[in-house]
Amino acid sequence: MDTDLSSQDRKDLDKFIKFFALKTVQVIVQARLGEKICTRSSSSPTGSDWFNLAIKDIPEVTHEAKKALAGQLPAVGRSMCVEISLKTSEGDSMELEIWCLEMNEKCDKEIKVSYTVYNRLSLLLKSLLAITRVTPAYRLSRKQGHEYVILYRIYFGEVQLSGLGEGFQTVRVGTVGTPVGTITLSCAYRINLAFMSTRQFERTPPIMGIIIDHFVDRPYPSSSPMHPCNYRAGEDNGAVYPSVEDSQEVCTTSFSTSPPSQCVFTVTKAHFQTPPPVVTDTLKVPVMGLAFSHQPAALGVGSADMGYPVLFAGGLNAAHPHQLIGPGKEGGVPPVPSQPTHGTQADQERMCTPLDGVHYSAATPSSSEDTETVSNSSEGKCGSPHDLLETIFIRKVGAFVNKPINQVTMANLDIPFAMFAPKNVELEDNDPMVNPPESPETESPLQGSLHSEGSSGSSTGNTHDDFVMIDFKPAFSKDDILPMDLGTFYREFQNPPQLSSLSIDIGAQSMAEDLDSLPEKLAVHEKNVKEFDAFVETLQ
Amino acid sequence: MVGPGRSRCCAPSSAGRAMNCRAEVLEVSVEGRQVEEAMLAVLHTILLHRSTGKFHYKKEGTYSIGTVGTQDVDCDFIDFAYVRVSSEELDRALRKAVGEFKDALRGSGSDGMGQISLEFYQKKKSRWPFSDECIPWELWTIKVNVVNLANEQERQICREKVGEKLCEKIINIVEVMNRHEYLPKMPTQSEVDNVFDTSLKDVQPYLYKISYQITDSLGTSVTTTMRRLIKDTLAL
Repeated sequence: MDTDLSSQDRKDLDKFIKFFALKTVQVIVQARLGEKICTRSSSSPTGSDWFNLAIKDIPEVTHEAKKALAGQLPAVGRSMCVEISLKTSEGDSMELEIWCLEMNEKCDKEIKVSYTVYNRLSLLLKSLLAITRVTPAYRLSRKQGHEYVILYRIYFGEVQLSGLGEGFQTVRVGTVGTPVGTITLSCAYRINLAFMSTRQFERTPPIMGIIIDHFVDRPYPSSSPMHPCNYRAGEDNGAVYPSVEDSQEVCTTSFSTSPPSQCVFTVTKAHFQTPPPVVTDTLKVPVMGLAFSHQPAALGVGSADMGYPVLFAGGLNAAHPHQLIGPGKEGGVPPVPSQPTHGTQADQERMCTPLDGVHYSAATPSSSEDTETVSNSSEGKCGSPHDLLETIFIRKVGAFVNKPINQVTMANLDIPFAMFAPKNVELEDNDPMVNPPESPETESPLQGSLHSEGSSGSSTGNTHDDFVMIDFKPAFSKDDILPMDLGTFYREFQNPPQLSSLSIDIGAQSMAEDLDSLPEKLAVHEKNVKEFDAFVETLQ
Repeated sequence: MVGPGRSRCCAPSSAGRAMNCRAEVLEVSVEGRQVEEAMLAVLHTILLHRSTGKFHYKKEGTYSIGTVGTQDVDCDFIDFAYVRVSSEELDRALRKAVGEFKDALRGSGSDGMGQISLEFYQKKKSRWPFSDECIPWELWTIKVNVVNLANEQERQICREKVGEKLCEKIINIVEVMNRHEYLPKMPTQSEVDNVFDTSLKDVQPYLYKISYQITDSLGTSVTTTMRRLIKDTLAL
């Protein structure tokens, strides 16, 4: 333990690193869910957003991360790694990326923990947000659905890059020096996928040829199971806002936003007295089994691959709320900025009212309490999904078998604004066994239209009603005025009935009628002869 | 980068001070219809790193910071997606500047080459009658070369290639940000407008201005326009 670092600073630093690790995992997994992420800026601090960034917390992901960390923090030789891999419907899998949060021995003793380290960690998270969209796996994950899913796995310890194949590339997201070491965040990603156009993962017959014989057995059987990166069905982009706000609101009610005046970080005891039992409340999303399986029996097997999908349950923030406050000196003399500068401009006159009474001591017991609550609730949740799984599986088989072959699936159409498409979607069922019941969970956000917006928690709405034959929906074809879209309109009016005057039968009939009516017409015209003559004269 | 006579909020910085200004240059070659999205992607990525939540000063000099939200943006003409700050005002401001740049590029006298610059600066108050001084501390220049493509196949390849190029640019930007070089000191309440743009409702970027230059075929600059996207434009 460094004598230079006060115990309070040490506690702060540990807390920052812990929540930084959790947020890192959230950002990475959410970036591989396959849908666009959107969170709101808030000008007034809600007291619930770590590093002043609105990053939702998916409870399952937090749970997995905490499980992997097991109370430890990244340290030299002990890195936290998030492995992103791809698994096809045929069961082949391939590691795509490994994201590593490492710590090395290079210390920066001069740096201020509460301000500089915190702000730099915030910047690093922003960089992570940017970089996660830039690696090849992002585009693949946006197109996941029938043919493949993206899975994640968190482990702690030595970084294992062997699964990435030859010639993998690395990109460094950033580093932050701290008094106990330098935190480094980087990503190693497979590149031979970069040459594969994502087209190859669209609707084509078996793609076995593309996936080189990648091992299916995990080389590290003792490591954590893989989990699919999935979206929660029933949530389209618009619903992201409410759930984010819900989670923030919940945290706001639990955690006061008013800071004590002296302290840098207003984490008061009061904040933590309410453990988030709400976590349990919002975890109403049932857990579905893995998307792909060849034999139904495998679904019941507790193999390493039987993780649970990451679902955007009404995301509660399992992390503690946090608020950055900078003390400063008032009036008089040199206007003391509220935070130290970065880098070269560090100023001695600055700061810091000593951080007395930053109540992290109160936080610590609560955080473990928090952990327990989360894990309890998660465990409680885990019990049910398997049951649910079985039930739904049985239901789904029937639905699949009776369906006729569709023309085109929504997932492959890649229709813009598809969430506005009518709520009839059919799944590809070349092989009902290949597309197991859970596939609605794994499909593109297009499926979101299946479920009402109100069903923020329930993805059990996948009843067999959802699998209905759909019509082809051309892009940009939504019409608010007519209750039909362009495709339907086109088909319906493609073969309009013939004009009555052009049809022979009718024509024949009217001919006869015309002939009969001629004498009458002639009589009328004869009566008006004078008018006609006058008219003709005006023309001449 | 001095523009034609427009109301200006501060005098241009002296050469001496410019020495402290960190400058980065990025170059891209894009098709005409990709200009807007490519520029927005780069500018938004930079501003994501250079924006914080709104400061709320309380008594005794403490302040709290709001929350910055983010959202994904998909490009229509490029196989690319990027993250930007969730702020409609900021997005509008950038779109306006980029739109003007794009129009200028399309205009006559240009062979499709130009550059757009994003400068972060600090204001230093001067006594009357001198206007405040603007001291840049970071300057990003994006050089653009517009190419014309003959057929659809080339366009498709261009989509992918430009997407890959932009990925590289994002990595470059992040590398620079990661160096943790000079950033202005966190200001007190009275000084905050000299460091940050506090005019936006939901986020608070560092003070910045965007300008652009179009090069004609002779390589000389024909149009230099300065656009100030900051709220307060003081006039002497």
